[in-house]
Amino acid sequence: MRLHSSILFALATATAVTAAPLSFDFKDPKGVNNAVFKLDAPLEAINGTANGVSGTLSFDPENPSKTSGSIVVGTASLHVANPMMKDHMLGAQWLDAAAHPEIRFEIARIGAVKTEGGYFSGEVTGKFTLHGVTKEISVPVKATYLKDKLGMRVPNQKGDLLVLRSTFTVKRSDYGINPGAPQDKVSDEIEITLSLAGASPR
Amino acid sequence: MKTLLRRLSVILALSALATWLALGRNTGWTKTSVTTMKTDPVTTLEYPVTEKRFVPGIDLLGVSLAGAAALAGLSFLGRRSRTNPS
Repeated sequence: MRLHSSILFALATATAVTAAPLSFDFKDPKGVNNAVFKLDAPLEAINGTANGVSGTLSFDPENPSKTSGSIVVGTASLHVANPMMKDHMLGAQWLDAAAHPEIRFEIARIGAVKTEGGYFSGEVTGKFTLHGVTKEISVPVKATYLKDKLGMRVPNQKGDLLVLRSTFTVKRSDYGINPGAPQDKVSDEIEITLSLAGASPR
Repeated sequence: MKTLLRRLSVILALSALATWLALGRNTGWTKTSVTTMKTDPVTTLEYPVTEKRFVPGIDLLGVSLAGAAALAGLSFLGRRSRTNPS
């Protein structure tokens, strides 16, 4: 009996020490995951949303700086309220959704990780691909690890949630998005806000 | 004919203005959908909920008012009735 207890304790300890990072899937059937984009030009402000989010992250709550993976937004899921503007935005002159169906951010490394009251924050550096152009950028990210909360979103499903929030700015001219278009009508700077929740079922 | 054109012009301008006012006084472009943000209770994330709704913008109002002005302008064209000098 004592031997059994010792083996179980040893196994439990070994499991805790070598606990594998959790894999979080960001394809959200509830449609909550989204990106909001804003272009604030002197003559016209353009606001839109995108909800075609997918991707997988490997996250270890004990070591968040080792997070890896990528987040993908389907270009065709970008939406603005004016139908003609939407056609133009997704058309060949601007985002060319047919030729570049994905907007992708792939994590390379994470720095300046801080933990404050259940939140993790850090500077995530990675390869951002937009309109077929890939550039390395650094973005601030705030993460919340919600242990055992998946069941609150998906009934009878045990697991964890990882919530990510980030706001950053890119320049459309850096990504070859109609660089000749007048910037007083369509801003060069695109502010992107990501609100994402990934699920790690058990 | 002139009277008919002028009446049509007034009707078009007033109905366009009334529709624009009634459907939200949108000073941007015409929208075919409206997005509102809601909050997910578990993650506290804000997410967009988009519903199909027609909201006329100043582009549609402008075209309607221009059409009304064109109708009014047409009513001033054509032959004027002249009084006989004798």
